[in-house]
Amino acid sequence: MSLFNVFGIASSAMSAQSQRLNVVASNLSNADSVTSSTGEPYRGRQVVFSTLPSDGNGVSGVKVAGIVHDASPMRQIFDPKHPMADKSGYVTMPNVNVVDEMVNMMSASRSYQNSVDMMNTTKSLLQKTLTIGQ
Amino acid sequence: MINKLDKELNYHHQALSLRVARQELLSSNVANADTPNFKAKDIDFANLLNQKLAATSNLQGKLALNTTSTMHINSGASGILGDNILYRVPLQPSADGNTVDMDMERTRFADNAIKYDASITFLNNEFRNLVSAMQER
Repeated sequence: MSLFNVFGIASSAMSAQSQRLNVVASNLSNADSVTSSTGEPYRGRQVVFSTLPSDGNGVSGVKVAGIVHDASPMRQIFDPKHPMADKSGYVTMPNVNVVDEMVNMMSASRSYQNSVDMMNTTKSLLQKTLTIGQ
Repeated sequence: MINKLDKELNYHHQALSLRVARQELLSSNVANADTPNFKAKDIDFANLLNQKLAATSNLQGKLALNTTSTMHINSGASGILGDNILYRVPLQPSADGNTVDMDMERTRFADNAIKYDASITFLNNEFRNLVSAMQER
């Protein structure tokens, strides 16, 4: 029960959003990875946010509950000359939608900025609190 | 005399505690802006402040239930807000069940911060008044 809790909440949001940004970076950089250590093409990943259990006062931070694999169908392109092409000449590409990922990235970075703003406001409020009675 | 001092400062003490609690609630709303099924929360500040002031002047605070077993249900009156936390009614509901409207939350957050600041200024002025009343010139 103090303004310091806001720091905890904001930092939980910042770490969750930066993890989301990490996943976006991984998806974008692997948007064309047709194979991997398992021999399968790369599958898109998405983070799942969930609310941290709240304390008595109803306030709660956020955490990444897990990272799920994107279940959407893989992209098929026709390229018979490609080394990974199957018998009929199709190559299975990752199911990463680059436009979706860019939007995801913008949303994550805005949310991160919001948390930073929140921290700054709280910091100035705390500094003001320390001047009571002076 | 001390009694009077307390009375003098009680109003802003209560107001500041509620402002802090509200700031926490709003920050948790902003933090959970992307969490599916999260419901934005807020309090009715004026109403709650009146309640707190009435409770401190008449000593008629809300009584918490005494629990003697872990199986007992908590009365929910824990913390400064107790069971006075309200859910926001969304203007534009989203598909994932989240009711945080970022524009609204940021505005309220800024508004609450300014008013917290104002309360501190008032409190400082009261201290200054008291000090000048005590000094003999």
